[in-house]
Amino acid sequence: MSVNSSRFDSAIGWSTRPDAWVSKGIRVVLSALAVILFCGPLLVIFSGAFDNNPDPTQLSVIPDNPSLRNFQVATENKIWDYLVNSLVIAGGALLLQLAVSVFAAYALARKKFRGQAIALLVILATMMLPEEVIAIPLSLVIGDLPLVHVSLKGTLLGVILPLGAWGFSIFVMTEFMREIPAELEEAAKVDGAGELRLFAQIILPLCKPALGVIAVFGFNMIWEQYLLPLIVAADPSDYTLTVALLALRSDDQVGTGIVLAGALLALVPSLIVYLSLQKSFLRGITTGAIKG
Amino acid sequence: MTAVRTVSDTPDVGSTASGGGAVETHPVRRRRRRRLTGATFIPWLFLLPAALIFLVFKFIPMAEGIRLSLFEVRPFLGDIFVGFKNYATILQDEKFLTASWHTLVLAGGQTLGAMLIGFFLALLLEGHTKSLWFVRSAVFLPVVAATAVIGEIWRLFFYPAPEGFLNEVISWVGLGPWEYIHDTDTSLVSVMFVGIWKHAPYDMVLILAGLAGIDRQQYEAAAIDGASTLQRIWNVTLPALRPVVTILLTLAAIRGLRVFTEVYVLTGGGPAGSTDVWMTRVYTTAFEQSEAGLASAGSVLLFLVTLILTVSVQWYRRRKEAR
Repeated sequence: MSVNSSRFDSAIGWSTRPDAWVSKGIRVVLSALAVILFCGPLLVIFSGAFDNNPDPTQLSVIPDNPSLRNFQVATENKIWDYLVNSLVIAGGALLLQLAVSVFAAYALARKKFRGQAIALLVILATMMLPEEVIAIPLSLVIGDLPLVHVSLKGTLLGVILPLGAWGFSIFVMTEFMREIPAELEEAAKVDGAGELRLFAQIILPLCKPALGVIAVFGFNMIWEQYLLPLIVAADPSDYTLTVALLALRSDDQVGTGIVLAGALLALVPSLIVYLSLQKSFLRGITTGAIKG
Repeated sequence: MTAVRTVSDTPDVGSTASGGGAVETHPVRRRRRRRLTGATFIPWLFLLPAALIFLVFKFIPMAEGIRLSLFEVRPFLGDIFVGFKNYATILQDEKFLTASWHTLVLAGGQTLGAMLIGFFLALLLEGHTKSLWFVRSAVFLPVVAATAVIGEIWRLFFYPAPEGFLNEVISWVGLGPWEYIHDTDTSLVSVMFVGIWKHAPYDMVLILAGLAGIDRQQYEAAAIDGASTLQRIWNVTLPALRPVVTILLTLAAIRGLRVFTEVYVLTGGGPAGSTDVWMTRVYTTAFEQSEAGLASAGSVLLFLVTLILTVSVQWYRRRKEAR
């Protein structure tokens, strides 16, 4: 149907005839409005970050007085240290999350064992326990890990480890691995492949599309974390960039421009990840969203 | 559990597989069976990392939270068992009750608003052309930006003076000036507005997927019957979207009950508690008033409510699917 387009290609019946100027005009104007409404605020962050003395009353899409001064002052306020915290947490937690998800999914999708249903149910249950619900006891546990009695308070590991396993990623991966045909695995076994080789050389390479999905969702989930780094931090130098924004703003010595410079640095990594893995992201939403 | 059908592009492997397998069926079977019975620990080995992390950072804290909620927590002095007293205190606390009302309004308003705007965006941007794809990608950006970043920029827009950015904009159409998050009357609506702005593009993507699943011939048939565009959307599009949308709405609203970052960053619950939600209340109780027992009771209550709601939605959905 999409080959010979008609106006029934869209629910509202946008005309596809080249001479339908009115319909086209309305659509262009409304689309432009939508882009301004949803992208404009983010553009203002860009311009404000490079504006010499932006005032809350004088925000614009193009900086009046472009300079890098905000970043210089922000450097004095340790903004790069916060960014490093954020990046280390994002990198570490994401790698851990990917590995943990792939391992768990391999067992859940490619093996049959007693207790499998229970394992699935338990993982489902973890999705009912987001950081918000367990914040208070979690901060105690992080301050004194069970059995080993080590405190992760004030360490990046204290943020990384709790984010290392995510039910959503495990489910997406499991569903994907289920679709890999069994013949392939059996053929490899005939060739004498061991469990680990089977996993690493047969199953894993086939999972690349799903890896893209859980990577972009995982990054987003980790970068969005706010409460967790806040409760793990022992003092402000442990903050991630997103958490530090609030501290920066509360400091009277720090102007709007510096906060916006920080906001820009916190925005850019998400933009890079989104733009480079956009297809995975949109596919992940439409396929995984029903999950509570 | 009906979810997560990622596999539009199942790996193309059929050809390589059939080679060796067919010839030596029996040895394979035998070996496979032995592996299944003999080495049942292997799947658990693969599950171990996830299990360990979940145990330490999800289930132990949950159990600890339930335990704490039954105690008056006194650091260094020893906790006192108080039974359900903490729960009773919270359920009678004026501030928590106000906060729960704010939470319901915010979760409901944000969810409905985002869905509505998302629906209009989807209608506007449905199509296959490159330029539409580009507009969709641009409109989607608020979803990927971190809530803390969005909070900062909207705080600036909400600058209460007449020269503030948003006041400037609305003055063009003869409105304002308003004080947005700085006025107890408008603060909750302002926070809701930011939430809608961030979540609407997400809903747009979902609704677009729903729209793509509608049979084009239905539109054509409706047009032949002389239905107007509005009638067509009302009678064909909306009924087709309804199953997806209702479930998503409910789940999003339930998730909305846990709202924290938006409020914490934008207003911190103020001014005068006018945007205080359940989680900011819990946070204040725990980390500013150091009442870990009370706060834990608040967390457990939140968990119970979301659990009951989620399970009943899933149960309802399954019953409906079974029919």
